[in-house]
Amino acid sequence: MATPYAKLPAWADYGLIPLINLVVAFFVAGLVVLLVGESPIKAATLLVQGAFGSGEGIGYTLFYATNFIFTGLAVAVAFHCGLFNIGGEGQAYFAGLGVAVPCLLLDGFLPWYLIFLLAIAGSALLGALWALIPAYLQAKRGSHIVITTIMFNFIAASVMVYLLVGMLKPAGSMAPQTRTFLENAHLPKLDWLLELFGASIRSTPLNLSFILALVMSGVVWALIWRTKLGYEIRTMGFSPTAARYAGINEVRIIIITMMISGALAGMMAINPVMGDQHRLQLDFVTGAGFVGIAVALMGRSHPAGIIPAAILFGMLYQGGAEIAFEMPNISRDMIVIIQGLVILFAGALENMFRPAVQTAFASLRPKSVGLEAKNAEG
Amino acid sequence: MGETGGQSAIRLKGINKSFGSVHANRDIDLDVERGTIHGIIGENGAGKSTLMSILYGFYQADSGEIFVGGAPATILTPNQAIAAGIGMVHQHFMLVDNFTVLENIILGAEGAALLSGGISRARAELERLEKEYGLEVDPDALIEDLPVGLQQRVEILKALYRGADILILDEPTGVLTPAEADHLFRILRQLKDQGKTVVLITHKLREIMAVTDNVSVMRQGTMVATRKTAETTVEELAELMVGRRVLLRVDKGEASPADVKLSVEGLTVRDSRGVTMVDNVSLEVRAGEIVGIAGVAGNGQSQLIEAISGIRRAESGRVLLDGQPIRVTGSADPAELRERGLAHVPEDRHHMGLVLQFEENENSILGYHGADLYNSGLFQNIDAIRDDARDKIEKYDIRPPDCRLKTANFSGGNQQKIVLAREMEQDPTVLIVAQPTRGVDVGAIEFIHRRIIEMRDAGKAVLLVSVELDEIRSLSDRILVMFAGRVVGERGPEATEGELGLLMAGVEEEAA
Repeated sequence: MATPYAKLPAWADYGLIPLINLVVAFFVAGLVVLLVGESPIKAATLLVQGAFGSGEGIGYTLFYATNFIFTGLAVAVAFHCGLFNIGGEGQAYFAGLGVAVPCLLLDGFLPWYLIFLLAIAGSALLGALWALIPAYLQAKRGSHIVITTIMFNFIAASVMVYLLVGMLKPAGSMAPQTRTFLENAHLPKLDWLLELFGASIRSTPLNLSFILALVMSGVVWALIWRTKLGYEIRTMGFSPTAARYAGINEVRIIIITMMISGALAGMMAINPVMGDQHRLQLDFVTGAGFVGIAVALMGRSHPAGIIPAAILFGMLYQGGAEIAFEMPNISRDMIVIIQGLVILFAGALENMFRPAVQTAFASLRPKSVGLEAKNAEG
Repeated sequence: MGETGGQSAIRLKGINKSFGSVHANRDIDLDVERGTIHGIIGENGAGKSTLMSILYGFYQADSGEIFVGGAPATILTPNQAIAAGIGMVHQHFMLVDNFTVLENIILGAEGAALLSGGISRARAELERLEKEYGLEVDPDALIEDLPVGLQQRVEILKALYRGADILILDEPTGVLTPAEADHLFRILRQLKDQGKTVVLITHKLREIMAVTDNVSVMRQGTMVATRKTAETTVEELAELMVGRRVLLRVDKGEASPADVKLSVEGLTVRDSRGVTMVDNVSLEVRAGEIVGIAGVAGNGQSQLIEAISGIRRAESGRVLLDGQPIRVTGSADPAELRERGLAHVPEDRHHMGLVLQFEENENSILGYHGADLYNSGLFQNIDAIRDDARDKIEKYDIRPPDCRLKTANFSGGNQQKIVLAREMEQDPTVLIVAQPTRGVDVGAIEFIHRRIIEMRDAGKAVLLVSVELDEIRSLSDRILVMFAGRVVGERGPEATEGELGLLMAGVEEEAA
């Protein structure tokens, strides 16, 4: 019996199961909060209020979500090709150069939108380059991409430290960071967008890269499901044997896919560097590359799932900071535990509740779910 | 069957089993007489394997009763089945390749913590069993060194060693040469003579007629009939299986071969370990003829067609497609070969011919997805792709007729039709078809065979590879037999099964 269980309707597959996973994750997280002697209800209220209770909170939530959309898309594109790119962290970090260099060189005389275009190109290019070497090693030499990309995270970190304490640091400065960009290289904020919905805000880091992230979500959807290249990527991801049969060049597809993935991870750098901090500083990626893995898993590698998943993690980041601030017993590390639990249930244990849900559906609606599986045997 | 007076070995009453919405077994009654060979026949998906899995304790029935030797039995696990004297030989052998025969036999029945005592007892017992049933196997041989026929024997011994009185064999001849199959049948008769009961699951009518005493026919989860084998005919059984009259022989006219469209000269292919799989093979296929390659699975057929179609690199040799060389030893590109008119229906449709996770329409362009028809500018032309898929669905009667359905949800026969439609509708010059009816139900076989002959009559050069000798004989205009990577003989379609069987076993070669 190959597939004894009937197929789930799409809403259950993409809505119900993630929701169950999430509820369980929060339930267990609540137990952890209880364990340190705080009220889970209060923590949950603080979390949601901190993330969505004020215009400012929403701004921060979406600012973080922007990072996660980019890195989530990066991981998702690689997933579709059967590749596990866990090097988003390093690709984004290295791509910070692609944003900072045009800003530093041109902020004196070009308008922001031209610098923005150059920063998009620069970050995508450097992110892609950082993914190229692991991709090449995987395609040509069979070196496992998980190992090589994670190694490249460390290399990126070291290279960036070297550059930021060396040639990128203004003379006389004590901090390992570049000089602050001039006004011309600051991305416009999206405060007006939040005000449109009636929120009043003093200042949030939410900026134009959020729109770029949404646009790239659309681009990724079109790429994967509406182009020949996307078709070849998915064929490769599902069945390398079928890809070979269809005359799809394995080396070419792996390299192209990883470069697209790296480019998307790289674009993430625009958000903090050009949109918020206005300078290149150490560790600006702050784990977004890894959160992208959870976002892609939870979003089922589909942009329509990645955006809400990214917002959820944005909420955990922003609301978590709020909890840490309001409840002294719950340290910053506790927030990481809670985020970890969400990743565990939503990502790693994604299939834990699936069989039960499928059985429930099959017994609830015996006639309308799925088909007579005539190939059930053998 | 109960009224015939024979003692009952197994009796199933009102067995029901559902998987979600799929009712795999519906009110099944079955009576197997002690000391008989009882065949269970049905199409793929008819519920045979499910029923036997219930009997062997892999699944539990939703309702119904099982009687073994007349007494009610509870079988919830394979261990309980073994305790009740039921043994099973699976279609895919459950053997550890790098263990010896003896080690495999005692696996799961090792006895004490130290192996030595158990092993020597097992060796004595095994020798007794081998003598009693004429099942000779070297107890110290490694499984991976044994041919499949002997591996199957080990499976049978394993069941007997555990004290099986009732032996269930699930599609046992799929991997055997005709000679090996005959040998298996002799063993089964011997087991029967010793008082064992054998249940034989198969979809091959010929085997049922050759070896069984009684036969039960399943269709769509129900038991439609039980007959004494001597009192029924192949035609009746086929009709019971499918639910309508089936044409078992393929009607085809004379071939009118024209120019050579595919020519293979001295092709040698090695596998990844460097073992020569195809050894200096030469053949020609002309327009308007079907050349069949017979042979037991694993004698180089797969590698041969993979090399021709550019999937696998060849060591040496030349292949000409319509007079133009294919770079088989270099960078032959399957996509380019398709454009040049080489269509290929691969033997493994699940991994190669289809992407099961894809929608039907996505699979109907696999390999041809770069064609202008399916693309417009930067994007795929989704409307054109789906319209095209709908056309093929109608033309090839693919069911259910839904081009958005996930391919994994189609039955084996319909999946195969998706592949055939894709490859045949491209109007190729040369069509390579491998195992066209593997895992395909009887109704679809008839359709597929007719299509292949239509392709021939339309002037295509068809190279057919199949391990089903019946299929090769009824479709081919010329038959080549492959053994150990070489073409060991060529025969006409009138060649007898025995003659081909000897070639397939490599006998001719030794004589020469």
